[in-house]
Amino acid sequence: MRTRSISLLRPGRFAWPVLMATAVLLSCFMAYAADLPALTGRVVDNAGIIDMATKAVLTQKLADFETKGSDQIVVATIPSLDGEEIEPYANRLFRFWKLGQAGENNGVLLLVAKNDRKMRIEVGYGLEGTLTDLHTKLIIENDMVPAFRAGDFSGGIAKAVDDMVMVLEGNPEELEARGKRNPADNSTSIDPIVAVFLILWAIIFFGGMAMAFLPPMFGTKLSPGVYKWLGMTFRYGRGPSGSSGSSGWTTGSSSGSGWSSGSSSGWSSGSSSGGGFSGGGGSSGGGGSSGSW
Amino acid sequence: MFAQRLASSSMFRTLPAFLMMAIVLPLLAGCGYNTIPTAEENARAAWSEVLNQYQRRADLIPNLVETVKGYASHEKDTLDAVVEARAKATQITVTPETLKDPEALKKFQDAQAGLTSALSRLIAVSEAYPDLKANQNFLALQAQLEGTENRIAVSRRDYIQAVRDYNLTLRTFPSVLWATFWFRGNEPFANFTVEEDKMQPPKVDFGTKQGG
Repeated sequence: MRTRSISLLRPGRFAWPVLMATAVLLSCFMAYAADLPALTGRVVDNAGIIDMATKAVLTQKLADFETKGSDQIVVATIPSLDGEEIEPYANRLFRFWKLGQAGENNGVLLLVAKNDRKMRIEVGYGLEGTLTDLHTKLIIENDMVPAFRAGDFSGGIAKAVDDMVMVLEGNPEELEARGKRNPADNSTSIDPIVAVFLILWAIIFFGGMAMAFLPPMFGTKLSPGVYKWLGMTFRYGRGPSGSSGSSGWTTGSSSGSGWSSGSSSGWSSGSSSGGGFSGGGGSSGGGGSSGSW
Repeated sequence: MFAQRLASSSMFRTLPAFLMMAIVLPLLAGCGYNTIPTAEENARAAWSEVLNQYQRRADLIPNLVETVKGYASHEKDTLDAVVEARAKATQITVTPETLKDPEALKKFQDAQAGLTSALSRLIAVSEAYPDLKANQNFLALQAQLEGTENRIAVSRRDYIQAVRDYNLTLRTFPSVLWATFWFRGNEPFANFTVEEDKMQPPKVDFGTKQGG
Protein backbone atom coordinates (compact mmCIF):
# COMPACT_ATOMS: atom_id res chain seq x y z
CA MET A 1 0.00 0.00 0.00
CA ARG A 2 2.75 2.37 0.97
CA THR A 3 4.54 1.80 -2.31
CA ARG A 4 1.53 2.94 -4.24
CA SER A 5 1.14 6.22 -2.41
CA ILE A 6 4.75 7.28 -3.00
CA SER A 7 4.98 5.97 -6.53
CA LEU A 8 7.13 8.19 -8.72
CA LEU A 9 4.99 7.80 -11.77
CA ARG A 10 1.86 9.25 -10.30
CA PRO A 11 -0.17 10.57 -13.20
CA GLY A 12 -0.71 13.96 -11.59
CA ARG A 13 2.98 14.73 -11.66
CA PHE A 14 3.60 13.79 -15.23
CA ALA A 15 0.37 14.89 -16.85
CA TRP A 16 1.36 18.55 -17.03
CA PRO A 17 4.76 18.26 -18.71
CA VAL A 18 3.41 15.69 -21.16
CA LEU A 19 0.43 17.87 -21.98
CA MET A 20 2.60 20.95 -22.39
CA ALA A 21 5.09 19.17 -24.63
CA THR A 22 2.29 17.79 -26.78
CA ALA A 23 0.66 21.20 -27.04
CA VAL A 24 3.94 22.87 -28.04
CA LEU A 25 4.67 20.20 -30.62
CA LEU A 26 1.18 20.44 -32.05
CA SER A 27 1.27 24.21 -32.22
CA CYS A 28 4.61 24.12 -34.09
CA PHE A 29 3.19 21.62 -36.52
CA MET A 30 0.07 23.71 -37.05
CA ALA A 31 2.04 26.91 -37.55
CA TYR A 32 4.13 25.27 -40.25
CA ALA A 33 1.19 23.56 -41.88
CA ALA A 34 -1.04 26.61 -41.81
CA ASP A 35 -0.12 28.07 -45.19
CA LEU A 36 -0.04 24.74 -47.01
CA PRO A 37 -3.24 22.82 -47.70
CA ALA A 38 -3.76 19.42 -46.09
CA LEU A 39 -3.50 16.27 -48.14
CA THR A 40 -7.11 15.20 -47.89
CA GLY A 41 -7.07 12.82 -50.84
CA ARG A 42 -5.71 12.30 -54.31
CA VAL A 43 -7.68 15.28 -55.57
CA VAL A 44 -7.40 18.29 -53.27
CA ASP A 45 -9.76 20.82 -54.81
CA ASN A 46 -9.39 23.81 -52.51
CA ALA A 47 -10.24 26.27 -55.30
CA GLY A 48 -13.48 24.41 -56.01
CA ILE A 49 -13.05 24.17 -59.78
CA ILE A 50 -13.41 20.42 -60.31
CA ASP A 51 -16.92 19.01 -60.45
CA MET A 52 -17.91 16.09 -58.25
CA ALA A 53 -18.17 13.49 -61.00
CA THR A 54 -14.72 14.28 -62.39
CA LYS A 55 -13.27 14.29 -58.91
CA ALA A 56 -14.61 10.81 -58.18
CA VAL A 57 -13.40 9.47 -61.52
CA LEU A 58 -9.94 11.00 -61.06
CA THR A 59 -9.61 9.69 -57.52
CA GLN A 60 -10.49 6.19 -58.64
CA LYS A 61 -8.18 6.35 -61.64
CA LEU A 62 -5.25 7.61 -59.59
CA ALA A 63 -5.82 4.99 -56.89
CA ASP A 64 -5.87 2.25 -59.54
CA PHE A 65 -2.73 3.65 -61.06
CA GLU A 66 -0.95 3.61 -57.73
CA THR A 67 -1.78 -0.04 -57.13
CA LYS A 68 -0.33 -0.84 -60.53
CA GLY A 69 3.03 0.88 -60.34
CA SER A 70 3.13 2.58 -56.91
CA ASP A 71 3.38 6.00 -58.58
CA GLN A 72 1.47 8.65 -56.64
CA ILE A 73 -0.17 11.34 -58.73
CA VAL A 74 -2.00 14.07 -56.84
CA VAL A 75 -4.10 16.88 -58.27
CA ALA A 76 -4.26 20.03 -56.18
CA THR A 77 -6.02 23.32 -56.83
CA ILE A 78 -5.60 26.39 -54.68
CA PRO A 79 -7.37 29.74 -54.88
CA SER A 80 -4.23 31.87 -54.69
CA LEU A 81 -0.46 31.68 -54.30
CA ASP A 82 -0.40 34.80 -52.09
CA GLY A 83 2.33 36.42 -54.14
CA GLU A 84 4.69 33.44 -54.18
CA GLU A 85 6.02 32.03 -57.44
CA ILE A 86 4.35 28.78 -58.41
CA GLU A 87 7.63 26.84 -58.77
CA PRO A 88 8.86 27.18 -55.15
CA TYR A 89 5.32 26.75 -53.85
CA ALA A 90 4.79 23.52 -55.80
CA ASN A 91 8.13 22.19 -54.61
CA ARG A 92 7.32 23.07 -51.01
CA LEU A 93 3.91 21.44 -51.24
CA PHE A 94 5.36 18.35 -52.91
CA ARG A 95 7.91 17.91 -50.17
CA PHE A 96 5.38 18.68 -47.44
CA TRP A 97 3.07 15.98 -48.76
CA LYS A 98 5.98 13.62 -49.48
CA LEU A 99 4.46 12.30 -52.68
CA GLY A 100 5.86 9.09 -54.13
CA GLN A 101 7.37 6.09 -52.39
CA ALA A 102 10.31 6.73 -50.10
CA GLY A 103 13.08 5.05 -52.08
CA GLU A 104 11.60 5.76 -55.51
CA ASN A 105 10.50 9.40 -55.29
CA ASN A 106 7.87 8.54 -57.89
CA GLY A 107 5.29 11.21 -57.19
CA VAL A 108 3.71 13.78 -59.46
CA LEU A 109 1.89 16.91 -58.34
CA LEU A 110 -0.43 18.77 -60.69
CA LEU A 111 -1.00 22.16 -59.13
CA VAL A 112 -3.44 24.82 -60.36
CA ALA A 113 -3.51 28.29 -58.81
CA LYS A 114 -6.82 29.70 -59.93
CA ASN A 115 -6.53 33.43 -59.28
CA ASP A 116 -2.92 33.59 -60.45
CA ARG A 117 -3.95 31.72 -63.62
CA LYS A 118 -0.93 29.48 -63.33
CA MET A 119 -0.41 25.75 -63.30
CA ARG A 120 2.53 23.46 -62.74
CA ILE A 121 3.32 19.79 -63.01
CA GLU A 122 5.99 18.97 -60.45
CA VAL A 123 7.70 15.64 -61.02
CA GLY A 124 9.53 13.66 -58.33
CA TYR A 125 13.20 12.74 -58.76
CA GLY A 126 12.35 9.17 -59.68
CA LEU A 127 10.06 9.98 -62.61
CA GLU A 128 12.09 12.80 -64.19
CA GLY A 129 13.48 10.37 -66.74
CA THR A 130 10.07 9.05 -67.83
CA LEU A 131 7.82 12.08 -67.49
CA THR A 132 10.32 14.61 -68.80
CA ASP A 133 10.15 18.37 -68.64
CA LEU A 134 9.14 18.40 -72.30
CA HIS A 135 6.28 15.96 -71.68
CA THR A 136 4.90 18.07 -68.89
CA LYS A 137 5.32 21.23 -70.97
CA LEU A 138 3.38 19.68 -73.84
CA ILE A 139 0.67 18.38 -71.50
CA ILE A 140 0.25 21.84 -70.02
CA GLU A 141 0.27 23.67 -73.34
CA ASN A 142 -1.87 21.20 -75.30
CA ASP A 143 -4.29 19.80 -72.72
CA MET A 144 -4.71 22.31 -69.97
CA VAL A 145 -4.22 25.78 -71.43
CA PRO A 146 -6.87 25.53 -74.19
CA ALA A 147 -9.43 23.92 -71.86
CA PHE A 148 -8.73 26.40 -69.07
CA ARG A 149 -9.11 29.33 -71.45
CA ALA A 150 -12.51 27.94 -72.34
CA GLY A 151 -13.32 27.72 -68.64
CA ASP A 152 -13.37 23.92 -68.60
CA PHE A 153 -11.14 23.18 -65.59
CA SER A 154 -12.44 19.66 -64.98
CA GLY A 155 -11.95 18.64 -68.60
CA GLY A 156 -8.44 20.08 -68.82
CA ILE A 157 -7.31 18.46 -65.61
CA ALA A 158 -8.84 15.09 -66.53
CA LYS A 159 -7.14 15.17 -69.91
CA ALA A 160 -3.80 16.13 -68.35
CA VAL A 161 -4.07 13.26 -65.86
CA ASP A 162 -4.92 10.85 -68.68
CA ASP A 163 -1.87 11.94 -70.63
CA MET A 164 0.44 11.77 -67.61
CA VAL A 165 -0.74 8.23 -66.90
CA MET A 166 -0.26 7.40 -70.58
CA VAL A 167 3.32 8.69 -70.56
CA LEU A 168 4.13 6.84 -67.36
CA GLU A 169 2.58 3.67 -68.77
CA GLY A 170 4.61 4.15 -71.95
CA ASN A 171 7.52 2.56 -70.15
CA PRO A 172 5.76 -0.58 -68.96
CA GLU A 173 8.79 -2.57 -67.84
CA GLU A 174 9.92 0.15 -65.50
CA LEU A 175 6.41 0.70 -64.20
CA GLU A 176 6.05 -2.98 -63.43
CA ALA A 177 9.42 -3.11 -61.73
CA ARG A 178 8.46 -0.16 -59.54
CA GLY A 179 5.18 -1.84 -58.67
CA LYS A 180 7.00 -5.01 -57.67
CA ARG A 181 9.48 -3.15 -55.55
CA ASN A 182 6.66 -1.39 -53.71
CA PRO A 183 3.82 -3.90 -53.34
CA ALA A 184 0.57 -2.07 -52.72
CA ASP A 185 -0.37 -3.79 -49.49
CA ASN A 186 -1.36 -1.91 -46.41
CA SER A 187 1.60 -3.00 -44.33
CA THR A 188 2.49 0.61 -43.61
CA SER A 189 -0.85 1.20 -41.89
CA ILE A 190 -0.32 -1.81 -39.63
CA ASP A 191 3.16 -0.74 -38.63
CA PRO A 192 2.15 1.64 -35.80
CA ILE A 193 0.02 -1.06 -34.18
CA VAL A 194 2.87 -3.54 -34.35
CA ALA A 195 5.23 -0.90 -32.98
CA VAL A 196 2.93 -0.08 -30.07
CA PHE A 197 2.53 -3.76 -29.34
CA LEU A 198 6.29 -4.30 -29.37
CA ILE A 199 6.88 -1.29 -27.14
CA LEU A 200 4.26 -2.49 -24.67
CA TRP A 201 5.74 -5.98 -24.72
CA ALA A 202 9.28 -4.66 -24.26
CA ILE A 203 8.22 -2.47 -21.33
CA ILE A 204 6.52 -5.36 -19.60
CA PHE A 205 9.36 -7.78 -20.31
CA PHE A 206 12.40 -5.62 -19.68
CA GLY A 207 10.65 -3.56 -17.03
CA GLY A 208 9.94 -6.73 -15.11
CA MET A 209 13.50 -7.89 -15.55
CA ALA A 210 14.88 -4.55 -14.45
CA MET A 211 12.62 -4.54 -11.43
CA ALA A 212 14.01 -7.97 -10.56
CA PHE A 213 17.66 -7.02 -10.30
CA LEU A 214 18.04 -3.24 -10.23
CA PRO A 215 16.68 -2.57 -6.71
CA PRO A 216 19.05 -5.07 -5.05
CA MET A 217 21.97 -3.41 -6.81
CA PHE A 218 21.17 0.27 -6.48
CA GLY A 219 18.60 0.37 -3.69
CA THR A 220 19.15 0.34 0.04
CA LYS A 221 18.61 -2.90 1.84
CA LEU A 222 15.96 -2.66 4.54
CA SER A 223 15.88 -6.29 5.53
CA PRO A 224 16.62 -9.62 3.79
CA GLY A 225 14.65 -9.62 0.56
CA VAL A 226 13.31 -6.08 1.04
CA TYR A 227 14.91 -3.15 -0.82
CA LYS A 228 14.05 0.51 -1.07
CA TRP A 229 14.90 2.18 -4.39
CA LEU A 230 13.64 5.43 -5.97
CA GLY A 231 11.20 5.79 -3.13
CA MET A 232 9.61 2.45 -3.77
CA THR A 233 9.84 -0.66 -1.63
CA PHE A 234 10.50 -3.97 -3.30
CA ARG A 235 9.99 -7.31 -1.68
CA TYR A 236 11.50 -10.46 -3.04
CA GLY A 237 9.94 -13.53 -1.54
CA ARG A 238 10.35 -17.21 -2.35
CA GLY A 239 6.69 -18.04 -2.39
CA PRO A 240 3.81 -16.39 -4.19
CA SER A 241 2.75 -14.44 -1.13
CA GLY A 242 0.14 -11.74 -1.67
CA SER A 243 2.12 -8.68 -0.63
CA SER A 244 5.17 -9.30 -2.82
CA GLY A 245 3.06 -9.93 -5.88
CA SER A 246 1.05 -6.79 -5.45
CA SER A 247 4.07 -4.54 -5.01
CA GLY A 248 5.63 -5.89 -8.18
CA TRP A 249 2.49 -5.25 -10.18
CA THR A 250 1.99 -1.77 -8.81
CA THR A 251 5.26 -0.61 -10.32
CA GLY A 252 4.42 -2.43 -13.53
CA SER A 253 1.07 -0.75 -13.97
CA SER A 254 2.37 2.69 -13.08
CA SER A 255 4.96 2.47 -15.84
CA GLY A 256 2.05 1.51 -18.05
CA SER A 257 0.51 4.91 -17.47
CA GLY A 258 3.66 6.48 -18.87
CA TRP A 259 3.27 4.38 -21.98
CA SER A 260 -0.35 5.30 -22.58
CA SER A 261 0.42 8.99 -22.87
CA GLY A 262 3.17 8.28 -25.39
CA SER A 263 1.03 6.07 -27.52
CA SER A 264 -1.90 8.46 -27.61
CA SER A 265 0.24 11.22 -29.08
CA GLY A 266 1.58 8.74 -31.62
CA TRP A 267 -1.92 7.84 -32.68
CA SER A 268 -3.15 11.38 -32.99
CA SER A 269 -0.25 12.39 -35.21
CA GLY A 270 -0.71 9.28 -37.32
CA SER A 271 -4.41 9.82 -37.89
CA SER A 272 -4.01 13.51 -38.74
CA SER A 273 -2.13 12.74 -41.92
CA GLY A 274 -5.07 12.51 -44.28
CA GLY A 275 -7.87 9.97 -44.17
CA GLY A 276 -6.80 6.85 -45.98
CA PHE A 277 -4.27 8.42 -48.29
CA SER A 278 -0.89 9.82 -47.44
CA GLY A 279 2.39 10.45 -49.20
CA GLY A 280 4.86 7.60 -49.29
CA GLY A 281 7.90 9.69 -48.33
CA GLY A 282 9.12 10.79 -51.75
CA SER A 283 10.74 14.08 -52.68
CA SER A 284 11.20 16.32 -55.69
CA GLY A 285 14.07 18.38 -56.98
CA GLY A 286 12.08 20.77 -59.10
CA GLY A 287 11.50 18.66 -62.21
CA GLY A 288 8.53 19.32 -64.47
CA SER A 289 7.33 22.58 -65.93
CA SER A 290 4.88 25.41 -65.43
CA GLY A 291 2.49 27.35 -67.58
CA SER A 292 -0.20 29.97 -67.41
CA TRP A 293 -3.48 30.64 -69.15
CA MET B 1 15.79 -15.53 -6.79
CA PHE B 2 17.81 -14.38 -9.74
CA ALA B 3 18.65 -11.25 -7.82
CA GLN B 4 19.81 -13.10 -4.78
CA ARG B 5 22.08 -15.37 -6.77
CA LEU B 6 23.44 -12.30 -8.48
CA ALA B 7 24.04 -10.57 -5.17
CA SER B 8 26.02 -13.43 -3.77
CA SER B 9 28.29 -13.84 -6.77
CA SER B 10 31.66 -12.14 -7.06
CA MET B 11 30.56 -10.50 -10.31
CA PHE B 12 28.30 -8.26 -8.33
CA ARG B 13 30.88 -5.49 -7.88
CA THR B 14 31.94 -5.17 -11.52
CA LEU B 15 28.50 -5.49 -13.05
CA PRO B 16 27.42 -1.91 -12.28
CA ALA B 17 30.50 -0.64 -14.09
CA PHE B 18 29.62 -2.69 -17.15
CA LEU B 19 26.04 -1.55 -17.00
CA MET B 20 27.10 2.06 -16.71
CA MET B 21 29.32 1.74 -19.75
CA ALA B 22 26.62 -0.01 -21.72
CA ILE B 23 24.25 2.82 -20.92
CA VAL B 24 26.62 5.77 -21.15
CA LEU B 25 28.48 4.98 -24.36
CA PRO B 26 25.39 4.98 -26.61
CA LEU B 27 24.24 8.08 -24.80
CA LEU B 28 27.47 9.86 -25.72
CA ALA B 29 26.99 8.97 -29.37
CA GLY B 30 23.37 10.05 -29.09
CA CYS B 31 24.46 13.31 -27.51
CA GLY B 32 25.96 14.61 -30.67
CA TYR B 33 29.23 13.04 -31.72
CA ASN B 34 27.62 12.31 -35.07
CA THR B 35 25.89 15.66 -35.44
CA ILE B 36 28.72 17.60 -37.03
CA PRO B 37 29.93 14.99 -39.53
CA THR B 38 26.34 14.28 -40.54
CA ALA B 39 25.55 17.94 -41.14
CA GLU B 40 28.82 18.40 -43.01
CA GLU B 41 28.15 15.50 -45.33
CA ASN B 42 24.63 16.77 -45.95
CA ALA B 43 25.99 20.17 -46.93
CA ARG B 44 28.57 18.58 -49.25
CA ALA B 45 25.90 16.44 -50.86
CA ALA B 46 23.71 19.50 -51.36
CA TRP B 47 26.66 21.28 -52.97
CA SER B 48 27.23 18.36 -55.33
CA GLU B 49 23.61 18.66 -56.37
CA VAL B 50 24.08 22.38 -57.09
CA LEU B 51 27.12 21.62 -59.25
CA ASN B 52 25.24 18.81 -60.93
CA GLN B 53 22.39 21.08 -61.96
CA TYR B 54 24.70 23.86 -63.19
CA GLN B 55 26.56 21.24 -65.21
CA ARG B 56 23.27 20.06 -66.66
CA ARG B 57 22.55 23.59 -67.82
CA ALA B 58 26.02 23.92 -69.33
CA ASP B 59 25.48 20.67 -71.23
CA LEU B 60 22.28 21.98 -72.79
CA ILE B 61 23.90 25.10 -74.19
CA PRO B 62 25.89 23.80 -77.21
CA ASN B 63 22.72 22.23 -78.61
CA LEU B 64 20.74 25.36 -77.96
CA VAL B 65 23.34 27.58 -79.62
CA GLU B 66 23.44 25.33 -82.68
CA THR B 67 19.68 25.37 -83.00
CA VAL B 68 19.42 29.13 -82.70
CA LYS B 69 22.30 29.60 -85.14
CA GLY B 70 20.31 27.75 -87.80
CA TYR B 71 17.53 30.34 -87.70
CA ALA B 72 19.10 33.50 -86.37
CA SER B 73 22.68 33.41 -87.58
CA HIS B 74 23.07 37.17 -87.53
CA GLU B 75 22.52 37.38 -83.77
CA LYS B 76 26.21 36.64 -83.60
CA ASP B 77 26.94 38.88 -80.64
CA THR B 78 24.35 37.25 -78.43
CA LEU B 79 25.42 33.76 -79.43
CA ASP B 80 29.07 34.54 -78.83
CA ALA B 81 28.25 36.02 -75.45
CA VAL B 82 26.54 32.79 -74.41
CA VAL B 83 29.42 30.62 -75.61
CA GLU B 84 31.90 32.85 -73.84
CA ALA B 85 29.92 32.95 -70.60
CA ARG B 86 29.57 29.17 -70.69
CA ALA B 87 33.31 28.72 -71.14
CA LYS B 88 33.94 31.06 -68.23
CA ALA B 89 31.42 29.34 -66.00
CA THR B 90 32.68 25.85 -66.68
CA GLN B 91 36.27 26.86 -65.96
CA ILE B 92 35.48 27.68 -62.37
CA THR B 93 34.63 24.75 -60.21
CA VAL B 94 34.27 24.84 -56.48
CA THR B 95 35.04 21.45 -55.02
CA PRO B 96 33.65 20.54 -51.61
CA GLU B 97 37.15 21.08 -50.21
CA THR B 98 37.21 24.77 -51.12
CA LEU B 99 33.68 25.41 -49.89
CA LYS B 100 35.11 27.10 -46.82
CA ASP B 101 36.36 29.96 -48.99
CA PRO B 102 33.68 32.62 -49.53
CA GLU B 103 35.80 34.23 -52.29
CA ALA B 104 35.81 31.06 -54.37
CA LEU B 105 32.08 30.68 -53.96
CA LYS B 106 31.55 34.30 -54.94
CA LYS B 107 33.58 33.81 -58.13
CA PHE B 108 31.60 30.71 -58.99
CA GLN B 109 28.35 32.49 -58.37
CA ASP B 110 29.33 35.49 -60.50
CA ALA B 111 30.36 33.30 -63.41
CA GLN B 112 27.09 31.38 -63.29
CA ALA B 113 25.10 34.60 -63.01
CA GLY B 114 26.89 35.85 -66.14
CA LEU B 115 25.79 32.74 -67.99
CA THR B 116 22.25 33.15 -66.71
CA SER B 117 21.93 36.66 -68.08
CA ALA B 118 23.57 35.74 -71.41
CA LEU B 119 21.07 32.92 -71.77
CA SER B 120 18.18 35.22 -70.96
CA ARG B 121 19.26 37.55 -73.74
CA LEU B 122 19.52 34.65 -76.16
CA ILE B 123 16.01 33.46 -75.37
CA ALA B 124 14.75 37.02 -75.58
CA VAL B 125 16.14 37.63 -79.06
CA SER B 126 14.84 34.29 -80.25
CA GLU B 127 11.35 35.63 -79.67
CA ALA B 128 11.79 37.65 -82.86
CA TYR B 129 12.09 34.52 -85.02
CA PRO B 130 8.75 32.75 -85.50
CA ASP B 131 10.32 29.87 -87.41
CA LEU B 132 12.73 29.25 -84.56
CA LYS B 133 9.97 29.39 -82.00
CA ALA B 134 8.01 26.78 -83.94
CA ASN B 135 11.02 24.46 -84.18
CA GLN B 136 10.41 21.27 -82.19
CA ASN B 137 14.01 20.97 -81.17
CA PHE B 138 14.04 24.52 -79.86
CA LEU B 139 10.83 23.92 -77.91
CA ALA B 140 12.32 20.83 -76.32
CA LEU B 141 15.51 22.66 -75.40
CA GLN B 142 13.53 25.55 -74.01
CA ALA B 143 11.47 23.24 -71.80
CA GLN B 144 14.63 21.53 -70.58
CA LEU B 145 16.35 24.82 -69.93
CA GLU B 146 13.36 26.08 -67.96
CA GLY B 147 13.26 22.90 -65.92
CA THR B 148 16.97 23.09 -65.28
CA GLU B 149 16.79 26.69 -64.11
CA ASN B 150 14.13 25.60 -61.65
CA ARG B 151 16.20 22.64 -60.49
CA ILE B 152 19.11 25.02 -59.95
CA ALA B 153 16.88 27.19 -57.78
CA VAL B 154 15.71 24.19 -55.75
CA SER B 155 19.21 22.82 -55.28
CA ARG B 156 20.46 26.25 -54.21
CA ARG B 157 17.68 26.50 -51.64
CA ASP B 158 18.58 23.03 -50.35
CA TYR B 159 22.24 23.98 -50.19
CA ILE B 160 21.47 27.16 -48.27
CA GLN B 161 19.44 25.15 -45.77
CA ALA B 162 22.07 22.41 -45.43
CA VAL B 163 24.87 24.92 -44.89
CA ARG B 164 22.78 26.79 -42.36
CA ASP B 165 22.23 23.55 -40.46
CA TYR B 166 25.92 22.67 -40.62
CA ASN B 167 27.11 26.10 -39.55
CA LEU B 168 24.61 26.05 -36.70
CA THR B 169 26.02 22.79 -35.36
CA LEU B 170 29.43 24.46 -35.22
CA ARG B 171 28.12 27.38 -33.23
CA THR B 172 25.25 26.23 -31.04
CA PHE B 173 25.43 24.64 -27.67
CA PRO B 174 25.59 20.92 -27.42
CA SER B 175 27.43 20.37 -30.68
CA VAL B 176 29.80 23.31 -30.24
CA LEU B 177 31.47 21.25 -27.50
CA TRP B 178 32.26 18.56 -30.02
CA ALA B 179 33.45 21.23 -32.44
CA THR B 180 35.92 22.67 -29.93
CA PHE B 181 37.17 19.43 -28.44
CA TRP B 182 37.12 17.06 -31.35
CA PHE B 183 36.35 18.55 -34.78
CA ARG B 184 38.79 21.44 -34.58
CA GLY B 185 39.48 21.39 -38.32
CA ASN B 186 35.84 21.97 -39.24
CA GLU B 187 35.07 25.46 -40.47
CA PRO B 188 31.75 26.96 -41.47
CA PHE B 189 30.90 26.72 -45.18
CA ALA B 190 30.27 29.76 -47.30
CA ASN B 191 26.67 30.22 -48.33
CA PHE B 192 24.83 31.83 -51.19
CA THR B 193 23.66 35.24 -50.19
CA VAL B 194 20.00 35.33 -49.35
CA GLU B 195 19.20 38.38 -51.45
CA GLU B 196 20.45 36.68 -54.56
CA ASP B 197 18.37 33.62 -53.92
CA LYS B 198 15.27 35.63 -53.26
CA MET B 199 15.72 37.18 -56.66
CA GLN B 200 13.31 35.66 -59.07
CA PRO B 201 14.95 32.90 -61.09
CA PRO B 202 15.32 34.13 -64.66
CA LYS B 203 12.31 33.24 -66.71
CA VAL B 204 13.04 31.65 -70.03
CA ASP B 205 9.68 32.27 -71.66
CA PHE B 206 9.58 35.91 -72.56
CA GLY B 207 6.17 35.83 -74.12
CA THR B 208 4.92 38.76 -72.08
CA LYS B 209 7.88 40.63 -70.73
CA GLN B 210 11.28 41.50 -72.11
CA GLY B 211 14.41 40.97 -70.07
CA GLY B 212 18.04 41.60 -70.62
